[in-house]
Formats: sequence, structure tokens, C-alpha cells
Amino acid sequence: MSPSAASPSPASPAPSTSTPPAALHLAVALDGTGWHPASWREPVARPREVFTAGYWADLVAEAERGLLDLVTIEDGLGPQSSHFLDPGERTDQVRGRLDAVLVAARIAPLTRHIGIVPTTVATHTEPFHISKAIATLDYVSSGRAGLRVQITARPNEAAHFGRRTIPRIEAYESPDTQELVTELFDEAADYVEVVRRLWDSWEDDAEIRDVATGRFVDRDKLHYIDFQGRRFSVKGPSITPRPPQGQPVVTALAHATVPYRLVARQADIGFVTPQDTDQARAIVAEIRAERLAAGRADEPLHIFGDLVVFLDDDPAEAAARRERLDALAGEPYTSDARIFTGTPAQLADLLQELAAAGLSGFRLRPAVAGHDLPAITRGLVPELQRRDAFRHAYEADTLRGLLGLARPANRYAAA
Amino acid sequence: MSKPLKQIHLAAHFPGVNNTTVWSDPRAGSHIEFSSFAHFARTAERAKFDFLFLAEGLRLREQGGHIYDLDVVGRPDTFTVLSALAAVTERLGLTGTINSTFNEPYEVARQFASLDHLSGGRAAWNVVTSWDAFTGENFRRGGFLPQEERYSRAKEFLATANELFDSWDGNEIVADQETGVFLRDAKAGAFVHSGQHFDIEGRFNVPRSPQGRPVIFQAGDSDEGREFAASSADAIFSRYADLDTGRAFYTDVKNRLARHGRRPDQLLVLPAATFVLGDTDEEARELAHDVRRQQVSGATALKHLEFVWNRDLSSYDPDGPLPDVDPDVSDTHISKGRAQVRMYRDPLAIAREWRERAEANNWSIRDLVIETGNRQNFIGTPETVARTINDYVQSDAADGFILVPHITPTGLDPFADKVVPLLQEQGVFRTDYEGTTLRDHLGLDAPA
Repeated sequence: MSPSAASPSPASPAPSTSTPPAALHLAVALDGTGWHPASWREPVARPREVFTAGYWADLVAEAERGLLDLVTIEDGLGPQSSHFLDPGERTDQVRGRLDAVLVAARIAPLTRHIGIVPTTVATHTEPFHISKAIATLDYVSSGRAGLRVQITARPNEAAHFGRRTIPRIEAYESPDTQELVTELFDEAADYVEVVRRLWDSWEDDAEIRDVATGRFVDRDKLHYIDFQGRRFSVKGPSITPRPPQGQPVVTALAHATVPYRLVARQADIGFVTPQDTDQARAIVAEIRAERLAAGRADEPLHIFGDLVVFLDDDPAEAAARRERLDALAGEPYTSDARIFTGTPAQLADLLQELAAAGLSGFRLRPAVAGHDLPAITRGLVPELQRRDAFRHAYEADTLRGLLGLARPANRYAAA
Repeated sequence: MSKPLKQIHLAAHFPGVNNTTVWSDPRAGSHIEFSSFAHFARTAERAKFDFLFLAEGLRLREQGGHIYDLDVVGRPDTFTVLSALAAVTERLGLTGTINSTFNEPYEVARQFASLDHLSGGRAAWNVVTSWDAFTGENFRRGGFLPQEERYSRAKEFLATANELFDSWDGNEIVADQETGVFLRDAKAGAFVHSGQHFDIEGRFNVPRSPQGRPVIFQAGDSDEGREFAASSADAIFSRYADLDTGRAFYTDVKNRLARHGRRPDQLLVLPAATFVLGDTDEEARELAHDVRRQQVSGATALKHLEFVWNRDLSSYDPDGPLPDVDPDVSDTHISKGRAQVRMYRDPLAIAREWRERAEANNWSIRDLVIETGNRQNFIGTPETVARTINDYVQSDAADGFILVPHITPTGLDPFADKVVPLLQEQGVFRTDYEGTTLRDHLGLDAPA
């Protein structure tokens, strides 16, 4: 974690603790035209362009203009739905999305500093493929790649692949459900383990181009990973050399103990959804305890709070916008994350308050991408900068660098 | 007398894992860094090429139980590179080899449809059947499929992907902000496929892309592969870049089309071809000889001979005669993950033929490997090469060529600067792109 940038100036509102305000990390979660299902109805939304490269390039350029640490790009192996586990039939919301890794690769050469973190679904894809894809994204972006790993328990998405059936979750607290969810997250943990081992399966100096002996690589510096798990086994090595960051940044969203364990075991950033500071403190404590249990207590872990944001200069305007969108959607918007409605200054207050509970950063989900993203970059960011709680310029070339994470040693290299 | 001149199609293969790439040349750059791919793609686009082509590898090759270390080793991910290249080019087609054994149709169809959207209609897919249990050790499904099943899986894979591409007809997205209708049809993307290899159903979640479907390439050479191409591909990536075998192959595959209700111009024949340019033809020949010596070191020659002999030949002198001992024809193979090994189906006959040729010409092992394996296709001045390429195309040995330079990433530059203008002067190659999609460049119909 970054050290605190400065002590509070007398003008800035004092956070609820006596410690100085930490420099926050900020991410933005990009999903279609925004997180509110009626967001596409807003004049700024550009709904006809969601399937073009230019749309995504503009959003990420805006995020980079705001000096944000990273963007995440949502994905899924089926159409969006207003139901939690079932496909839907609505025709009044955005449906369809492009592959997030390909979107990330398409915008990477157009940006310089910002981290790019596409979502991948571990349940139905190959860790070998995603390992080389993210390693390549790291080459394409010169060290700014990450990965957000996700599971899916949707039976309809399993039917898109036909390799396994996933029983429909009926009662969330039932032992069967717990067993299913645990299995899917354990599989995701294995998946990340394979991805990480493959990133290390080439030592950094494996390519030698030794003309005298005619050897292009030193094969003693290439390593079989020999992973054996319950769901799959992978031999290795990768076909792609170790990426610029060594290990691109692994992230996951988590709402409960089982996914917290995935974060603790395998992630560099966990995205969590506290409703208030007490809950934030409890979540952080739980994840730290799992981190300790996983034997990784001495390795840095960022815990970012997720919030949906409606931002306007006047709080009444933001509330009215939310109401207007809810009316268009035909129902009040709900989310797994806390929904914030108000001004950039009010949001800055809230973020600093939550940060004091142990969060090192935030992933903001713009309710309307075309409106709330610029409100973050042009409203919230300057406000945090005035409080010495956010960077004034990019201070590193890689995503790990922005996050204050060192480039890891290769687990296979001889010490 | 004369029929109108055929227009030549040209593409460029970014070379990687093979011994044609001379990595020891001082001009050789990275084969991993994006800047290399960007340079190569920009050269191809500057020269108005139809597309850039990437091959695939899913397991590092081994020989004698060790990772093969004499060639370029390692490559980046195909989809990721192609999508990034869409950001630094505007018209160039982007063709990727993706196998049908260690992937699933829903995911691959999403990736190609996404690439087609993100590139404005420039995506193409070279469908290959993948190899063996050796490659399978890197994937969930593991194991391997018998040869005939790999093929039937490939066919069903492509058919299924096409069903997914066609599950949106292209008119569903209304996105009317006033009325609140985003989708015209709640069932957009609905599909059901039930077959021998795939039993899947649901909703495909990428709307119809600019080309409708990516352009489809096929690269197999067996009778089954040719039939697959004739039935389902837009272009075939062949290995017959000389005049006589090229014409024979061309005639064969074009004749197969009618049986599938297709016209001859609906399947392009595009062989891979290498080139060496010089200021005089003689200089080019000398240069070609030097390049072949760089491509085939003594160690590489011995390893290459092992593909056929299937024995450890490390004790032999590459500058000496071929081994007297016959190839080991048992089921265990010392070479793993090399596609070209499958070309040697009857090792005993090949060994006999190679011994006879080596004896007759007084060739060493290294000479033999150079003569049999690494002949450049087009050698000469730019004028000679331009004339030869045009002759081959006009005499129906090919519809064009996929060029494979031996230097990464600048090896295409001299061809772009010196040969392409001559073809343009002859009126057989475009001076600018006329359309925006790869289908436009290749003169292919929009899919139904």
C-alpha cells in the first residue's frame, strides 16, 4: 500500500479517526452504458456505439485523464439479465457484450498509464488460454494488465458450453448451495494458481539467443508447472514468456466468506461491498484473517470498496436523476454494492470515512458511464487532490507500480 | 484471346516458431514485444496487403524429452495481439489460427465476433484441428481425439460457431432512447445445437458483427481437409507455392466446389511463400544460399533428420553422410508438438529416398536438410519476383500468396517497398483499399 501522501490541511474535513488521510486508489468499473439498467436512455449514453472500439477507447481515455489506477471491464458468458440466476426476456435494457479481454487489448495501445483489468469467467474457460492472453495484454500495454476472476453459477451459461450441468440454486443458505458455491470458488482458486504458475514458467532471462551454441532459449529456465487439481490438470510451461510485470494484477469481487477466501488466497486486490464503516472494518478483518490462514499475511493485499455512484454538483439533481432512471426502468435500482447519490465532495467525505476502516481504495461503478465517469474524473478527483488524498500525476509506468506492489520474484528461479 | 488479368491477393505471416526465422541476424528483433507486431502490421497495411496472419502453438515443442531450444521459442496470444493490432491499423485484415480441439464454440465465436466488431469487420479465423495428447496436457479436456474424430469435431465446431454467428440477424438492436426499445426481439441470439460433439443451447451474447461472420480459412491438406475447405472455407492456406504442384492443388480444390453448390471464386487458394530479394538475380541466389545456411545449422539439421529417423542422431556428423540405420517406426515419437512431422507418413520410404538423393548429389546431412526443407519460393530482383508471382497467379497456381519473411519484424519492408509497386504498375495489385472489410479485400460475398 502507498504511504499517506501528506498530513491533512486545516481546510480539509477531518476524517473520523486521528490518522492522516491515506492516498486512495481509484478504479472504475465499466459495464455497457453504465450500471443503472436505464442508463442507456440518457442523452450522453451512446447506446448504438457500445459494440464499437471507439466507445470503449473514449471511456478509458476519460478514466486515464482522471489519473485513475485502473479500469475493470465486465463480462459474462450469456446475455445480461434482470434476474440473478436466470435469463430474462426484457427488451428495454442493453443486451449483448463484447469479450472483455479483446476490448482490453483493443484499447491498451491507445493508453499510456492506466491499468486495464478485463473480467474472465473461470467456470467454463481454460486457464492456459487466459494466462497467455493476460500475459500478452501485459506486453501490449507495457505492464498495465490485470485480471478479474469470476465464477458463474448460472445453469443457462453452463448450457452454452455443455460440458457440465450446474444445478439451479433454490435456497441460498442450504448445504447444497454452500457446497456448489465452495466448489466453484475452489475451482477458481485452482484456475488462478495455474495462471500464476504459467506466468512464472519462464524465467525472465530464459531467452538467450546464444549464437555460439545455436540455442534460442536456455531450457533450464523454462519450467513445467505440473498442476494437478480436482477439475483439471495443466502441464506447462506457458507458450508466452513471463510478462513485463512478472505477475499481472489479479482481482476478484467478493461478498461472503467463501469468496473472501479466494481473495485471500489468490488476489492482489479484493473488491468488497460494505454498506458502512463497521461492515467495512469487519470485512477487512475477515479477509486479513483468511490471508493469514493462507500463509500470505506478509504479502500486500489491497481491499477496495465498491460503490455505485450518481454524481452531480447538486445533491438534489443526483437524486432526481436516479429517480428518473428508476421510473424508466420500472423499478427502483438495487445493487450488491452501496449506492451513493450526491456531490463529488460528499462522495470524497464518504470514501475517506470508509478508508479509515481499512480500505485502501475504491472501485466506483458509474450509474451512467457517459455522465458519472466524467463526474468522477473532473469532480471527485480534483476534490480528493485538494485533500491530498489522490495523486496529481501518474507516478509509475506499470499497474503494479501504481498500486505500490513490487515486481514479484519468479517462484521457479533458483535463488 | 486474353481473359482479364486476375488481381493478386497478398498477405503477411508474422513468423515465429520455426527454423525459417533467422533469429541470429543482427537485424532480428523481438517476436514477443507488441512493437514488433505493430511494425509488421503497419508495413503490411502500407503495402495494401489483404491481411496479416498468425499461426498458433499450445505447447512448447520437445525433442528427445527436452524442450526444443534451437528455433524461436514462445509467442503471444493470438486473439490479444490481433485485437491490439486493430488499434494501430485501419484496413488490414486480421487472421488468427485457433484450433477446434482445445476450445469451445461459444467462447471462440464470442472472441471472433468481438474481434470483428472491434476491428470494424477485419477478422478471419484459420480453423485447425489440434494435435495430440501432448498438447492436451495443457487443457481441461485433456487427452486427445482419434484423427477421424478430430476432423468431425472441427466440422461440427465450425458449423456450431456459424449457428451462433447467425443467431443474430443484425436488425435486433434498435436502441431507441425515446421509446425505450433496445432490442427488437427478446429472443435475439437464441440457438440450439445437438450433435455428436456439442449439445448446447441458449443465447449467444454478441450481436451480429460487421462481416456477419469472420472470413474462414482452412489449412489441412488431406483429402478430408480439402473437402472441408471446399464445403465451408472462404480461403485455403496451402503449402504448394511452386508452379506445378500449385496448379495441381489449385485445380483439385476448385473442382471440388461445384459439388457443394459453390462457385470457383468463393474459395481462394493462398499458399505460404518465402522470398529473397537482391539487386541482381545472382546476388539474390547467393543471399538465398546464405539464408538457408543460417536457417539450418548443423544441430538443426540433425534434429530435423530425427523427425524422420525417430532416433537420437546426436552422435552423427551433420557434415557427414546420412545414417545407415533405418528409422524407428515404433509408436513412440521423440519429436513432440511439431506439425511438420506429420508430413512424413512413411519414414522408411522417405529415408530411402533421401539416402539416394544425398548419395547422387554428394550431400551431407546438412545439405540434404537444406535442399529438402528450406527452399525459398521467390528469389531474384524485385522485377523477377514480381513477374514470377504474377505468372503463378495468372496461370492458376494460386490466387495470391501469404508471405513469410525470415527476419522479424522488418523482413517484409523490402517487399513492400520494392515488389509491391511493380505489381501495382502491372495493374494486378490494388494501389489503395477499395472497401473497409477483409471480405471486401478478398472479393468475397457477404454471408447469407
